[in-house]
Amino acid sequence: MSLVLSDPSAPVPATDAPPTAVDLEALHRDSGIDGLLDDMDRDLIGLVPVKTRIREIAALLLVERARRMLGLQAEPPALHMCFTGNPGTGKTTVARRMTGILHALGYVRRGHVVSVTRDDLVGQYIGHTAPKTKEVLKRAMGGVLFIDEAYYLFRPENERDYGQEAIEILLQVMEDSRDDLVVILAGYKDRMDTFFQSNPGMASRVAHHIDFPDYGPDELLRIAQVMMRDMQYRFSPDGTAAMADYIGRRMRQPRFANARSIRNALDRARLRQAGRLFATRDRLLDADDLQLITAEDLRKSRVFAE
Amino acid sequence: MRLTQGQFSFLPDLTDAEIRAQVQYALDQGWAVAVEFTDDPHPRNAYWEMWGTPLFDLRDAVGVMQEVTACRQVHAGRYVKVLAFDSTRGFETVRMSFLVGRPAEEPGFELVRSQGPGQQIQYTLRSYATGSPAGVRYAAPPPPAGGAT
Repeated sequence: MSLVLSDPSAPVPATDAPPTAVDLEALHRDSGIDGLLDDMDRDLIGLVPVKTRIREIAALLLVERARRMLGLQAEPPALHMCFTGNPGTGKTTVARRMTGILHALGYVRRGHVVSVTRDDLVGQYIGHTAPKTKEVLKRAMGGVLFIDEAYYLFRPENERDYGQEAIEILLQVMEDSRDDLVVILAGYKDRMDTFFQSNPGMASRVAHHIDFPDYGPDELLRIAQVMMRDMQYRFSPDGTAAMADYIGRRMRQPRFANARSIRNALDRARLRQAGRLFATRDRLLDADDLQLITAEDLRKSRVFAE
Repeated sequence: MRLTQGQFSFLPDLTDAEIRAQVQYALDQGWAVAVEFTDDPHPRNAYWEMWGTPLFDLRDAVGVMQEVTACRQVHAGRYVKVLAFDSTRGFETVRMSFLVGRPAEEPGFELVRSQGPGQQIQYTLRSYATGSPAGVRYAAPPPPAGGAT
């Protein structure tokens, strides 16, 4: 099955002979990926190395498309990727954005993401794994299969583990159905490296490795503000200071999960805000009262207790 | 006699690309697609055998085409059809159904007359193929080179 460039606005050669020149700028404009990349730059805070890599990949895919139009060697590019990084660094979010870019460039047909973990792929008894994995793969056809914590597929301590079977089916599909499916593996960096060491077949089929750095304190504060804006809340001025303080303290504590910790903190702050408003329910509230998160809502957190 | 059941049955057999386009249409409508097969093509035989469970939550026709190909390979000498089920409340019914595979030779149907009391004639249809036991009703075509065993 050959990849069909379905974009109707792409320049079509008038004759059967391949064109002799291709307008990369027009191709770029027509694909609409600029908007997607700009959205990504605006919506995702920090992650500079990740954004750079994604721009590079987008450029590569665009050039690949141009080569195809000129009739040059057009192997379908290897698109399987590996996202490594600590929890809450935006791997899933970026995977969704990446899918949008691949879809805009015509490398995946439908542009949906099927997000799975070991439980969705590996069965519990003999003969259960293959149908289960194939079922997931069928659902992911035409889109992106996002395997979170992919290293759990491989359990070297148990040689009869069914994970190996899932890996083998996955490998075969990654090789045979490159036009139909893009696989993105995600997980912690060190465990992912071990996984690739013990599965060289998988390592050689994953073309792009992208490492997600941890966020700095000021990036986390901006993330908090974006999240608040999206939920139609806002910090009072002393609330912003309290949030910055909170972030500094929370980062030093164990089990800090970057943006996810921030989201949880905000959820709890909303809870406290609701409690505070409810305690003084004899007065009238306006929209501003309902939106405002004050320092009081944040400073009651356990993080400040020490 | 060429069996005509379901959609498109008076057209030439659909090519794989055409089947894929139809399946994609069904998926785009949010219908679940299923593959079924039988060797009893009587028009009143509503219960064909299911090739696996219906395929839910698919977005792209490639997954269905894999099943169609697998079913046609295993049941090369039988009828294979694709169904699209609409689970929307108020429909909850099969919205599409078309043949995607048929035996190389289709013997057709016999019109059986039986005479009852008072010269009354009752008519019924019988598939010539069902004269033989299930499984050996149609000559299996030679297996494709390098195909599954």
